[in-house]
Amino acid sequence: MEERKMAKGVWIVTEQRYGTFRKISFELASTARKLADQLGEEVVAILLGSGIEGIAGELGKYGVDKVYVADNAVYEPYTTDAHATTVASLVKEHDPSILLLGASAQGKDLSARLVGKLATGMATDCVDLKIVEGKLLASRPMYAGKCFGEVMVSSYPQMASLRPNVFPVVENAKNASITKVDTPIDPGQLKTKVLDVQKDTSGKVDLTEANIIVSGGRGMKGPENYVILEELADILGATVGASRAAVDAGWRPQKDQVGQTGKVVSPNLYVACGISGAIQHLAGMGSSKYIVAINKDPDAPIFARADYGIVDDLFKVVPELTKEVKKLLE
Amino acid sequence: MNIVACVKQVPDTETLIKVKPDRSGIDETGIKWVMNPYDEFGVEEALRLKEKLSGEVIIVSVGPARALETIRTALAMGAERGIHIVDPALDSADPFTIASALAAAIKNIPYDIIFCGQRAIDDDCGQVGAILAELLGIPQVTVITKVDVDGNTIKVTRPIEGAQLIIESSLPCVVTAQKGLNEPRYASLPGIMKAKKKPVDVKDAASLGVSIDVKAKITKTLPPPARPPGKIICGEDPAEKARELARLLREEAKVI
Repeated sequence: MEERKMAKGVWIVTEQRYGTFRKISFELASTARKLADQLGEEVVAILLGSGIEGIAGELGKYGVDKVYVADNAVYEPYTTDAHATTVASLVKEHDPSILLLGASAQGKDLSARLVGKLATGMATDCVDLKIVEGKLLASRPMYAGKCFGEVMVSSYPQMASLRPNVFPVVENAKNASITKVDTPIDPGQLKTKVLDVQKDTSGKVDLTEANIIVSGGRGMKGPENYVILEELADILGATVGASRAAVDAGWRPQKDQVGQTGKVVSPNLYVACGISGAIQHLAGMGSSKYIVAINKDPDAPIFARADYGIVDDLFKVVPELTKEVKKLLE
Repeated sequence: MNIVACVKQVPDTETLIKVKPDRSGIDETGIKWVMNPYDEFGVEEALRLKEKLSGEVIIVSVGPARALETIRTALAMGAERGIHIVDPALDSADPFTIASALAAAIKNIPYDIIFCGQRAIDDDCGQVGAILAELLGIPQVTVITKVDVDGNTIKVTRPIEGAQLIIESSLPCVVTAQKGLNEPRYASLPGIMKAKKKPVDVKDAASLGVSIDVKAKITKTLPPPARPPGKIICGEDPAEKARELARLLREEAKVI
């Protein structure tokens, strides 16, 4: 691989919806800036979409030196084919040393396809990245966070996907140059097509992107009781989650499940109500910054992970907590 | 309809993972091995499609000798035959290499749909399905909760942040399964008996022409960072405890 030693530049693939950058794009830009400064290289962003050329400049605020923009209707809505083909062609042409994406729904789909197209290695869903002896060293949870792996990617580009909500957004104004690129795609050749986008009308942030999660388990005793969690969540601007027990009982939809076979989350605050703390649940929420447990069983394993614990009846504590939080926030 | 379902054997979700003292990996002593739950949804969906449209389900797995049990489980659920790729060189291989081995085994058999789990719950990489699709030159639809086959196309449901996408893909394609797709069946006793006689081809990397070139390597396995001990909030009654918790979240943790 001697000839690949010339690979240069820390590249990111940004993500936007309806002409607005998703937060992960700024997390990517800020992280790339930090790595690029250590390497003495530049940060280059790829922006794909339709009618999005105007937003490219925003990336400069977070340390991006150069943006390649492909503005074409074929990129909306996202399909693996259209995006992967374009990104792979730019990457092959410019040979970056590092390529970062978000471990969002779209980023996971795209990044894995790119690993195939570029025949390289990738560390998925990373929570830390650093440069060691000129190479990218990633830290990532495995077994849903029961242990962590340090991963060295030895092929180029060294790819990593970043867990959303973990890497800080840092302003670092650069005058990003913007370069338009062609779209190397014949729409007739695309093998997949998005027929419909059914938006979730609840207005709630997805669990994987939530700053605060209020979650309920078997101790909720039934689906009708989640209303007290929803009231607390409304005051906090939180999203309601659930344990596997609650989902398997049919109390809450599948998309609400937190854990090893559900969503792995990392909010600032996770409030676990009536959740005992099965290993597979702890794995899914263990990287939350603060954990609160409310459970009447003092021996519940969740208390060993909680920053703050209340041993009491959740049906009495949660409504009181809602009242108190309301007072504080008013 | 010819359907392939890829399966991986992983530690059960209730397993407490212990890191080896030299940090070279996890301690496998006493682990209960099961089929990756997401792969199980794929196998179940493959069987349902076969039952509806007729055809054959072939199970493909990369893994050490013990992974044969997982292939047998899928055969007991109703799949016709298996391919077991066993090679010590593949034991700690990266996703690209694993997908290359799967692609090499699958390219010589007929397939209309290939199911994989959306990720394996051990290394959580979530890459193999998409790489496999790329290596076979076919489309992918990932993290899928509903599948409808209609002639030469497939219509699937894919949940993303804040929305559900309905996507149509041409066949053949790779579908990666998400929880919610179905409720996998248990193997019946007659199924288990029959599975013992179903054929399983054994291959190694050399016979598949797969070269092992490490692109991503786990250099160290570490226990999760320790959390500082927490506080149990005391008080006269639930109201007092709730008040103190709200105060701590506001003033100490500064998260509300």
